[in-house]
Amino acid sequence: MAQRRWQEKAIQLTLVAMATTSLLVVVLIFLFLGKEAIPFLKDPGIARLLDRQWMPVSFQQEHFGLLPLLTGSLVVTLTATLITVPFSVLGAIYIAEIARPLEREFLKPFIELLASIPSVVLGFFGLVVLAPLVKALFGLPSGLNGLTGGLLLALMAIPTVISISEDAITSVPRHLKQASLALGASELQTILRVTVPAALPGIIAAVMLGMGRIVGETMVVMMVTGNAALVTLNPFQSVRTMTATIAAEMGEVSFGSIHYSALFCVGVVLMLVTFVLNLGAQRVLKRYGMMT
Amino acid sequence: MVNDTPKIQVHDLNFFYGATQALFNITMDIPPRRVTALIGPSGCGKSTFLRTMDRMNDIIDGARMTGEVLIDGNNIYAPGTDVVRLRRNVGMVFQKSNPFPKSIFDNVAYGPRIHGVKKQAELVEIVQRSLTRAALWDEVKDRLPENAMGLSGGQQQRLCIARALAVDPEILLMDEPASALDPKSTARVEELIGELRDQYTIVIVTHNMQQAARVSDLTAFFYEGRLIEFDRTKRIYTNPAKKQTEDYITGRFG
Repeated sequence: MAQRRWQEKAIQLTLVAMATTSLLVVVLIFLFLGKEAIPFLKDPGIARLLDRQWMPVSFQQEHFGLLPLLTGSLVVTLTATLITVPFSVLGAIYIAEIARPLEREFLKPFIELLASIPSVVLGFFGLVVLAPLVKALFGLPSGLNGLTGGLLLALMAIPTVISISEDAITSVPRHLKQASLALGASELQTILRVTVPAALPGIIAAVMLGMGRIVGETMVVMMVTGNAALVTLNPFQSVRTMTATIAAEMGEVSFGSIHYSALFCVGVVLMLVTFVLNLGAQRVLKRYGMMT
Repeated sequence: MVNDTPKIQVHDLNFFYGATQALFNITMDIPPRRVTALIGPSGCGKSTFLRTMDRMNDIIDGARMTGEVLIDGNNIYAPGTDVVRLRRNVGMVFQKSNPFPKSIFDNVAYGPRIHGVKKQAELVEIVQRSLTRAALWDEVKDRLPENAMGLSGGQQQRLCIARALAVDPEILLMDEPASALDPKSTARVEELIGELRDQYTIVIVTHNMQQAARVSDLTAFFYEGRLIEFDRTKRIYTNPAKKQTEDYITGRFG
């Protein structure tokens, strides 16, 4: 009896430890980021982050404005999301509700294959194929811009979003669809008015996850967005995202310098953005979650 | 057996799920504005039979049938039949209550809306009338914007009945509508069926023989995909013509 209780206790403790570890890691990452970012906030001061330029290496005056990096990430993320959402949601509806079994067998593995392409390969494809295409199509001086980045990121996010949305749609109970059909609704009416609304929390979660992936993606944007730190919301301009900035500059920066600390400030902002995104997704899920 | 022209006529109906035959040569006439109960042991085909009457079997892959089902003299399986119109005329209430995860109002208004009713005033009127007919209005009139999933099981089932009534069907098919409910809610639903019998042709599948005896005017006994006996409920329960019916009703099998 006593031994049994001891075992229970041990198992419980192990599980608690496991669960706490992941929490601890997140907290530690936050602390570490904060610790490295604080020197910048102290010495040059937080006001320097509000500069309109990012020019961390200069003979005259360095600039550490986050605004161009923020707009860069925003342009790329928005473009990618705007492309991802309609493709993914409509694709998921088609696969889950309309496609015949044979089509589904064919489509699903292909879409999942898309998810497994390494991002550097996708970036290479972007450089060689997509960028020249975008350049020619829109008559731009260069194809390395926010739109190309957004298109490629969409390509990366679509499989994830389709896959999760499709699961959400498929798991809408059959009896709801039957109720709708029995009331004389057509297939399309049933999909639009019952199935999709019932699957909406899952679809929103899928989109949020996709956006999380898009915001955090580094390799593709570094390769195809041109990396010019401009304050712009124009997707035809070259942009520099937060992720690409950190990845490109962290390797060359001298340890403990102002520039080093500034990069950590970028990291903190990036983390906050994804954090807010996730929090938002969870709140949406919670509100709708109670409805289903 | 009943003197009205039949509302639903079934001629020599055979039904298959893939290679398995589920119904064999069913022929029966269901009279208007009566409650007809379909009874029989599990798997005897009574639910399948019910679902042939609003073509809900169409959505099952590999299902196939022969024979005819006529409603008001029109074969509903004839090519060119408008399934949407058919299902509007033939409401269905399922075993498991299945309200949409929407407000109470939107649940009842769903049918009228998809059939093109747009005016809010008209919808309000339909919702009130349907809920009243389903004996639910007094319980929910102050909480129409609330989510229907918050209702009790019995209320949900009456909501589903209200939802079916909202499109003004002439026929109401019920597939074990009370089997998942507690005795009190069951009594409410049975009472409701009693109130609806004057206006609707009701066909109800039930496992519960007492329930069939209480609510129905006519009873059909199904066994292994065949219609064994179909007669006035009173007669089926007091003096069945077939031995199998008697054995089932007296609880010797099933």
